[in-house]
Amino acid sequence: MKELLLGRLDWHALPHEWFTIGGTIGFILLPLLALAVLIRIRGWKWLWGEWLTSVDPKRIGIMYFIVAGFMLLRGGLDALMVWLQQAMAAGTAHGYLGATHGYLSADHFQQIFTAHGNIMVFFVAMGFVFGLINYIVPLQIGARDLASPFLNTLGFWLYVGGVVMVNMFFGLGGEYAATGWLAIAPLSESQFSPGVGVDYWIWSLQISGIGTTLGAINFIMTIIKMRAPGMTIWKMPAFTWASLCSMIMAMTVFPLLTATLFLLFFDRYLGTHFFTTMGGGDPMMYTNLIWMWGHPEVYILVLPAFGAFTEIVSTFSRKRIASYMSNVLGMIGVSAFALSVWLHHFFTMGAGADVNAFFGVMTMFIAIPTSVLIFTWVATMYKGRIRFTTPMLWFLGFIAVFTIGGMAGVVLAVPPADFQLHNSLFLVAHFHSNVIGGVLFGIFAALSYWFPKITGIRLNERIGRYAFVCWMVGFCLSFIPMYILGIMGATRRLDHYDASTGWQPFYILMLVGGIVIATGVALQLVQIMASFMQKRRLGDTTGDPWDGRTLEWATASPPQSYNFTVIPEAPTRDAFWEMKQRGLPKRTYEDIHVPKNTAAGIYIAAFAFLACFGFVWEITWLVIVSIIGVLAVFVARTFDDHTEHTLTAEEVRRLESERKQRDEAARKQKDTLTPLNIKGAEDMGLLEFARTVLAFGWDVLKNKRWRRWQKQS
Amino acid sequence: MARNGKKHLLGRTLGPILGVLFCLTIFVAVLLHGYNVALFNPKGAIAHEQHSLTMLVVAIMLVIAIPAVFLVYFIAWKYREANRTVKRNPNAGHGTLLNASMWLVPLAFMVVLASIMWPATHRLAPQNQIAADAKPLTIQVIALRWKWLFIYPEQKIATVNYVQLPVGTPVTFELTADEAPMSSFWIPNLGGMLYAMTGHVNQLNLVADTLGDYPGSSAEINGAGFAGMKFTASATSKDDFDLWAKNVHQQSGVLGTVEYDTLRAASENNPPAFYAVGDSSLYDTVLMKYMGAHQQAAVESQTPHQHGGYY
Repeated sequence: MKELLLGRLDWHALPHEWFTIGGTIGFILLPLLALAVLIRIRGWKWLWGEWLTSVDPKRIGIMYFIVAGFMLLRGGLDALMVWLQQAMAAGTAHGYLGATHGYLSADHFQQIFTAHGNIMVFFVAMGFVFGLINYIVPLQIGARDLASPFLNTLGFWLYVGGVVMVNMFFGLGGEYAATGWLAIAPLSESQFSPGVGVDYWIWSLQISGIGTTLGAINFIMTIIKMRAPGMTIWKMPAFTWASLCSMIMAMTVFPLLTATLFLLFFDRYLGTHFFTTMGGGDPMMYTNLIWMWGHPEVYILVLPAFGAFTEIVSTFSRKRIASYMSNVLGMIGVSAFALSVWLHHFFTMGAGADVNAFFGVMTMFIAIPTSVLIFTWVATMYKGRIRFTTPMLWFLGFIAVFTIGGMAGVVLAVPPADFQLHNSLFLVAHFHSNVIGGVLFGIFAALSYWFPKITGIRLNERIGRYAFVCWMVGFCLSFIPMYILGIMGATRRLDHYDASTGWQPFYILMLVGGIVIATGVALQLVQIMASFMQKRRLGDTTGDPWDGRTLEWATASPPQSYNFTVIPEAPTRDAFWEMKQRGLPKRTYEDIHVPKNTAAGIYIAAFAFLACFGFVWEITWLVIVSIIGVLAVFVARTFDDHTEHTLTAEEVRRLESERKQRDEAARKQKDTLTPLNIKGAEDMGLLEFARTVLAFGWDVLKNKRWRRWQKQS
Repeated sequence: MARNGKKHLLGRTLGPILGVLFCLTIFVAVLLHGYNVALFNPKGAIAHEQHSLTMLVVAIMLVIAIPAVFLVYFIAWKYREANRTVKRNPNAGHGTLLNASMWLVPLAFMVVLASIMWPATHRLAPQNQIAADAKPLTIQVIALRWKWLFIYPEQKIATVNYVQLPVGTPVTFELTADEAPMSSFWIPNLGGMLYAMTGHVNQLNLVADTLGDYPGSSAEINGAGFAGMKFTASATSKDDFDLWAKNVHQQSGVLGTVEYDTLRAASENNPPAFYAVGDSSLYDTVLMKYMGAHQQAAVESQTPHQHGGYY
């Protein structure tokens, strides 16, 4: 009876170890508390009606940023825990908290780096990339919305489902997969990993992966069909091109991930033998399938970063993108080659020399379009007028880090060299160089570039520079020792090692670097807070703080829910730049169709989450009920004919004039700051920030302000 | 004034980064002193070749990477807003020649690299027998949870987490696994790694050319005992090896079914152990356990282990 009702779930699943209790409090209870506070202040109705059920890609984009930012902290904490263990665990040193080495058991240590990898790739990098594409692409192509706003909210909530699922093990089960981030079979089979950890892994990836596929289809449709009049495919902005390439790749390979995960699930749940070592199964098939998705995945993440860098270099050099065709063909080339290099992740599996050499050549050739991209950025800067704002600093940092990582990558593409370097810390350092240097720096550059568009406030430049320096210094301290450890013969994922190897000082350096990076992240949070504190000074009333070139700068910051009052025309590549030269077109008002908010996406994602939860714990009735729920909501939604409402021209005129008055008032308040006049002195520094926070705290205490807040809410 | 301000600003950003890099270089040089930097310390022909190939590839890439990175920073610095002495042109950076060279220069480098890499991959394929005067030695390797079992079929001995090999004699490691997830066999001082998987045989040919004890490990995560799955590869003279093998055969207990079942069970951080081998078909039994009937027939109809793994 109990089994029928609860499956594998029982009392032992509740948190009872220090990390599960801590995790439950930190990652389940604290967010709930924060949500409660938010509801208390602004009201549930506002949160639900304006945000959670929103189909506006701009709001969904911001929600992606918030979730991904939170997950960045979570994944970063994992990284610090991994490095702390490795810094402690040399030789027979005394262990703590009941562990033989360091402070973590081998199994727990393996769970942490697995979670780190999954969270950083799926829920940080993917989250930020999808957030950026959501926010920026419709604006750049001069569209009011996406091709399917409903699919977009569904994709986002499936992603949130994945986020919840990946943190769920703290509260129920107490174990995550201890298999490495790709859960290579047969280690992930029930023979070697019988617990629920791998099931949590499967279903958190499955649910968010399906969301990604839906999102990719939606963005491809949007970019192909909804561009502004005049914007032919060879006039699209670079970021839109990058997004298109990235999404086409995602649509191609994510179904492969879905299928692979299902096969692994069949093995574990139904006892089939696709990837087992017995019964005719072959684990090598798993390795092939997962990397056929896994390799392009990295390029799905890095291409939008390339696109953002292209925009940033062009804007801050005050030049159009030089050699635009080479730039775009470079991005297309990268995505085409990326689909045919997966075998370089396992040259060491024992394929013949012909197979290995072929994939080695393909891998090397991917360096060609990548180099072309770098050359087009140089050509864009050439004879330009370059401003070193923080987005540009991230770009310059990216060049150094990414080149080192890329060179390490070409070395790894030579099979005989790879036999020595594969699965060593050299490999780990290589892909962190590319993913941190390429993807994460790209995301930071893009966020600080588009932050004024998203919030109407430019980010604090001074604290931004401090954060950048911390990231660069921390990166060098962490990953240069990691390359060296690889060369010394240290394999990845070691929870302990002999003291005689001489590795410990390097592991300690890595930990120190990690702490410096954490300081950088803290500074970035301070930077955002400080920018909001100087809202009046840093506010952008023009919609165009950087003297931009593409259409997203042609509308207000933040843009209206309908993006553009009048759909702009884009007869040239730098449409907005040309518009500014010729003079802006006159405003006329027209009726605008706006999609209505819907909660169907949340309901479907919630049922899908419950179904996955049922699969993890083998609760059959829950799976059946939830799948029926998914279908029922989906069918009900298809019968809903009233998915849009119309803003009349009169309403639009009223909204626009209100905004105009607000902007005018803000402009008068603002000191004589001109948007292009960016100097460090204008933005508050750390001391001033601390002083402001302390003064505010003192004011709250002295005047008992919380009483007034209570009254207000 | 504005110019100084800008310079100061960039200097403050660059200064800490370069300073840390400089200190790190010195620190690293001191820390490395006296330790085994395995990949720069090759002790066998294969490791030597892999090392020099890696260095060659790095050198060729530096030829393009250093100027490219320098170019980025030079151009960025030269055309900074504060520089009043430079000519600007918002339309620069186009043209057929420029575009062509953007593609052709990296293409040329990659063609050079590929033409080095293709023959090297074939020459250094792990399953290639190493040419030498000495008669090659075969060692069968079984990855277990979490220990390495080495079987010497000719010497009729077996060892756990310890492998001894004569200097100058090419060794063929025949890698497989039993009831263990995929593992990776790596002795960095002697040469690169290869996976050990159930039901497959991967041939890894290595040779040691210097006396010494070299660390070996599993490089692929395979469960809780992964970090402790280490062994020592001891390269000795031919005479010492023969004597050692004889002693082990005469003085150790026999590796029978009971002993093998004990080894097959999961255990962590195993110390070296030594056995005499009576039943020489153990390795084939382990291998056949994972093969369906049709696969077995296919294997029997051809010379075994000729294509390096993909049965």
